[in-house]
Amino acid sequence: MGNREPRRPSLASLFVGFVSIGMMSFGGGLTAWIRREVVQRRGWMDDQQFLSGYALSQLVPGATNVNLAVFIGAQLRGVPGAVSALLGLTALPVAIVLVLGAIYLHSRGLPGGALFSTALTGMGAVAIGLNLGTGIRLARLHIRRVVPALVTAVIAISIGVLGFPLLYVLVVMLPVSLALTWWEQN
Amino acid sequence: MIVTLVQLVLLFGGLSLLAFGGGTAVLPDMQRAAVGLHHWLTGPEFLDFFAISRAAPGPGSLIVVLIGQKAAGLAGALVSFVAMFGPSCALTYVAARVWHRYSHAAWRVLVERALAPVAIGLTFASGLALIHGTEHGWVTYAVTAGATLAFAFTELNPVALLAGGAVVLLVAR
Repeated sequence: MGNREPRRPSLASLFVGFVSIGMMSFGGGLTAWIRREVVQRRGWMDDQQFLSGYALSQLVPGATNVNLAVFIGAQLRGVPGAVSALLGLTALPVAIVLVLGAIYLHSRGLPGGALFSTALTGMGAVAIGLNLGTGIRLARLHIRRVVPALVTAVIAISIGVLGFPLLYVLVVMLPVSLALTWWEQN
Repeated sequence: MIVTLVQLVLLFGGLSLLAFGGGTAVLPDMQRAAVGLHHWLTGPEFLDFFAISRAAPGPGSLIVVLIGQKAAGLAGALVSFVAMFGPSCALTYVAARVWHRYSHAAWRVLVERALAPVAIGLTFASGLALIHGTEHGWVTYAVTAGATLAFAFTELNPVALLAGGAVVLLVAR
C-alpha cells in the first residue's frame, strides 16, 4: 500500500504527530485537525488518500477519528504505524479524562462540587448540541434526495425518540438502505 | 470484580462492532446497559461523564474509560479502552487493505452511498436519545438548541461553545 507518499514518517514522528492532534482537538473537531496535520502541515498523504480513508473510517464501525488514525498509520507504516497512531491519539487524552473523572467523583458533596456539576450539565447540554449540529452539517452536505432523507429520519426517530435498540434497527435499515440505493441507481 | 471486568469487555467489545457512523451511535445502548442493566452509574452521572469526555481532548468515545473506572477502577478503565477500540481498529486495518484493493469497484460506490444516510441518522439519534435520557429543564433545552444551531451554521470553536454552556448554567442556577 501507498508508495506514492511524498514523505514516509518514522514511527516516532507518526506517534508525535498524533499526540499533537489528540491534544489540540476538543469537542468534535478531530477530523479537521487530522487533515490539517497529516495533509497540510506534514504532507504525509494527499487529499484524495485522506478522503478515501475518511469514508472508509465511517463505513467501519467504531469511533470515526480513531479508525482514521489507524487507517493513516496503516497506510504509512503498516501494523506498527497503526498502533503508533492509535496510541499517540489516545494515550494523553485517556490520562486526562481519567484525572477529570476522579476529580468529578471526589468533588461531589464538597462545596465546589455542586458548581463543577452545574458546569458539567451546561457542557453536556452543549455536547448534545454538537452531535445534533454535526448531523445537520452532514445532512446538508450528503443528503440531497427524498429516499436517503427518509432513511435518515426513520433511524433517527426509531432509536432517538422511540428507544429501539441499535442492533435491531441496523439489521433492518442497512439492507433497506442498500436496496434503495441500488434501486435508485438502476 | 472479575465478573464486572468480563461484563465491561462484553458490553464495549460488542458496541465497538455496532458503532456505525462513529462512537456516538452506540451512546443510547451504552446508557441503557451501563445505567439500567448493570447499575454502574446513575443517569445524571452518565451525562456528566459524556460532558467530561467531550470537553477533554481526544475522541468522545473515551467516555468508556470513565464508565470502566467507575465500575471497576483503573483495571476497568484499561479493559474498557481495549474492548471499545480493539475490535473496531482491527476491523479498520483489514478494511483498509480490502478497500485499497477494490478502489475502483462499483460495489464500493454503492456501499458508500447507502451508508451515508444511515450514519447521519445515527448521529441525530444519539443526540435525541441523550436529551431523552436526562432531566432537561428549559435552560438546558435552550443551551442545547443554541449549541446545535451555532455548531451547524457558524464556525465558532466547539471549546468556546462548551465553556459558554457551562457559564450559562452557572449564571442561571
